[in-house]
Amino acid sequence: MASEPQGGLTEYIQHHLNHMTVNFSADHFWFWNLRADSIIISFVLGAAFCLWFWLFARKATSGVPSKGQALVELAIEFVDTQVKDTFHGDRRTVTPLALSIFMWVFLMNAMDLLPVDLAGWLVHTFAGDEVAHHTYFRMVPTADINTTVGLSVAVLFIVIGHGIKAKGGFGFGKELLTAPFHANNPIAKLVLVIPNFLLNVVETLSKPVSLAMRLFGNMYGGELVFMLIAGLMVSWISFVPGVVFNTAWAIFHILIIALQAFIFMMLTIVYIATAREHH
Amino acid sequence: MEINMTFLGQMISFAILVWFTTKFIWPQLNGAIEERQKKVAEGLAAAERARAELKDADAKVAVEIKQARLQATEIIDKAQQQGNQILEKARAEATNEINRLKAQAQDEIASMAQRAREQLREQVGALAVRGAEKIVQREIDPAAHKALLDQLAAEI
Repeated sequence: MASEPQGGLTEYIQHHLNHMTVNFSADHFWFWNLRADSIIISFVLGAAFCLWFWLFARKATSGVPSKGQALVELAIEFVDTQVKDTFHGDRRTVTPLALSIFMWVFLMNAMDLLPVDLAGWLVHTFAGDEVAHHTYFRMVPTADINTTVGLSVAVLFIVIGHGIKAKGGFGFGKELLTAPFHANNPIAKLVLVIPNFLLNVVETLSKPVSLAMRLFGNMYGGELVFMLIAGLMVSWISFVPGVVFNTAWAIFHILIIALQAFIFMMLTIVYIATAREHH
Repeated sequence: MEINMTFLGQMISFAILVWFTTKFIWPQLNGAIEERQKKVAEGLAAAERARAELKDADAKVAVEIKQARLQATEIIDKAQQQGNQILEKARAEATNEINRLKAQAQDEIASMAQRAREQLREQVGALAVRGAEKIVQREIDPAAHKALLDQLAAEI
């Protein structure tokens, strides 16, 4: 990839779009590539979220809350209100799920605000030039399609699980074959089984795809814009506009970060709520 | 944009995260929040109750004050009546005393006048005797004529 003649910015961006990849299989089949950067960053952020919230949950008091507890409660109540408005049922598992999604996606998205060259600079400084040339590290796990697909497929399983739990295995299967097209006589029912099933499969599969692609597209695009702006700072002439654009884009990106996390959470709740509805 | 093993890893991470949140974070914090909500609701209810009680007490106090005022008026009325009675009684006693004193004085006056009259009568008797002596030019024996003279004196 880096052999293209433009060099400069193109090479810079292409370098930045490479993942730190580990492959565990002997034949180096592509599926067994593991993007260590996505995994590490997302894991660290997830653990940070757990630790942060757990510390306040452990000594949560119903009396006057500390500022930290109030902040945590603010997040929880915000999520719980959204769940309450959309999903009418037992929220004991749904709200924690929504909270996890919101906080995790938010934190992973927020990595976009770190300077694009921070990881490279750290490697450069501590490991030297030679290592840096071969080391790839991307800071934003949600700009990796694997992360967003992993999340959305997990959400899909949860949604299906909610559907089965609400309607029973038989009811869920029956709905898969008899909705959305209803018929009264058995022959018409039999005829409609195939289109119903196909439609339901498409509908079900479109959910994780849209979830994953939306988040991935937004974060990938945002990261790419950051890289393009970073390209401005190569020259002293365009350095000042580069800083201005970078700041402007970062401020705008705060909105996208929160919004995408919110949308991912909201759609998950909506999917669960619709999965529990009887057709 | 290749999908690889990372995706499985992220799924597992997500599952762990959701499990942890559901198990250790949500119940505690939500419990605290709900308990606080209950406390706040109770506090508000207590305040409402206290306000109602205060209103009740105020009404009671107003009634008591009214009653006390009524009682005070009654007491004052009674005191005035009593005062009047005492005054009346004193006046009557004073009048009686005056009348008594007057009567006594009148008696005294009457007795003094009587005595004076008697003295006068005696003196007049004596004068009359002396006059008669002078007229008769001779001494009349007062002892011999005592009965006569007494009769004369009584007649005067």
